Amino acid sequence: MATKAKACIVGAFEHPTRKADDKSLAQLHAEVAKGALEDAGLTKDDIDGYFCDTEAPGLGPLSMVDYLGLKVRYMDNTDTGGSAYLLHVAHAAQAIAEGKCKVALITLAGRPRAAGLTAEPVVDYNIPDMPFEMPYGPTVVNTYGMCAMRHMHEFGTTSEQLAWIKVAASQHAQHNPNAMLRKPVTVAEVLASPMISDPLHRLDCCVVSDGGGALIVTSPEIARELKRPAVRVIGTGEAAKHQSGGQVDLSYSAAAWAGRQAFDEAGIRPTDIQYASIYDSFTITALMQIEDIGFCEKGQGGRFVADGNLISGVGKLPFNTDGGGLCNNHPGNRGGMTKVIEAVRQLRGEAHPAVQVKDCRLALASGMGGWMGSRHGSGVLILERTH
Amino acid sequence: MSTQRTFPSPGTNVENQPFWDAAARGRFLVKHCSGCGKSHFYPRAICPHCFSDQTEWRESAGTGTIYSFSVMRRVPQPYAIAYVTLDDGVTVMSNLVDCDLDALAIGQRVKVAFRASDGAVTIPVFVPVAAD
Repeated sequence: MATKAKACIVGAFEHPTRKADDKSLAQLHAEVAKGALEDAGLTKDDIDGYFCDTEAPGLGPLSMVDYLGLKVRYMDNTDTGGSAYLLHVAHAAQAIAEGKCKVALITLAGRPRAAGLTAEPVVDYNIPDMPFEMPYGPTVVNTYGMCAMRHMHEFGTTSEQLAWIKVAASQHAQHNPNAMLRKPVTVAEVLASPMISDPLHRLDCCVVSDGGGALIVTSPEIARELKRPAVRVIGTGEAAKHQSGGQVDLSYSAAAWAGRQAFDEAGIRPTDIQYASIYDSFTITALMQIEDIGFCEKGQGGRFVADGNLISGVGKLPFNTDGGGLCNNHPGNRGGMTKVIEAVRQLRGEAHPAVQVKDCRLALASGMGGWMGSRHGSGVLILERTH
Repeated sequence: MSTQRTFPSPGTNVENQPFWDAAARGRFLVKHCSGCGKSHFYPRAICPHCFSDQTEWRESAGTGTIYSFSVMRRVPQPYAIAYVTLDDGVTVMSNLVDCDLDALAIGQRVKVAFRASDGAVTIPVFVPVAAD
């Protein structure tokens, strides 16, 4: 069903920590919830809907609802990996439109750095694809690496072009005091960084960070009573793509389908978008979404991102002005939440002045979760400033 | 650079056990659906193309081409993950072994081979072969 003008994001908060040695996972969820509520000017008791991923501690949302002391009449722990929070916003908007809840809280938290990085693969013989893949050592980086390798083969995309995505992110991150990597880098520096999994270098990869974020979604009626600028959710899309029973096609992602849904619902075109948050677990992740969402033609992404075209104030498509996952933050290995938060900042005019898009009225956030090379979930949101 | 890595044994289940039994005998099976006439991979009881339950095991010639690959470098033992498009029409995830990891290319011809895992299961892999 259409969600046009049916819900608004009125609270957004990104946890400033990047290494949470002194905080529990549940505590991080509570801190981001508190931050988003204070941002919105609402209280805990206003919340009647709660959304989290399956890595929130406890069974589904139950332990967190308990820990946070919530009384909810709507719950959702849809999990598509790092894109889950974009789906949560869409589902919250639908639930609000149907009167199932009035104020929805979405939280994400993670502490992979504090917990210590572990690479032990999960072994569960009930997962049907697992025995046919796990023996071959699929990781996040080498499955995205296969996408990049195929993209280069089909379209002539180069490592230099991919590097421009990192360069643009680093240009933005220098202005973000919380960013993990604030030093601007050059194309040459990206190419000189160690090869992790062909053709992705270390600087083609996002950071690993602790932290989290939260969003508050509510009805336009409640949003109007609040002091903070509201951001309307005018288009949403979600999709999953996989190996199609052995008909593997790595040339495009599920963002092609999710993006179309979101634009159809919003009734606008990609050229109308003034700012885009694009999930950047790797440079290739961003490149393929940029093509699939329609910011350029399929296969032209390399040319599109080159020469600073993603740098705010320089190029045609300012992206990830917080520094993105590549430089700022990728809390809990799930970057979708921070994508929405930076889009909200841009629409409120609260991004850093050095990267703020002038008179930003229309923004897009795109999330990519799971493994783009095997099975992944995409979520796309189109957001509009209300006044 | 070449590779000899230890393959972790996957957990198998009753639905896919015939695949592993065949692999132990040096045969690579795919599922073929008599409902829609298409093959699929990984193998399922119900065809993911048409939802027919009339699926049967068929032996693949085990030959194909590299669809894509990536060499994992920053590990103690570098290895090549790949998608191989079999001549039978399905594309499967695997490893490329017994090869120069710096000389791999999309489109290269490969043939199935079988390697022991660290458990009871035999793992199908692919080895580059000279072009036909």
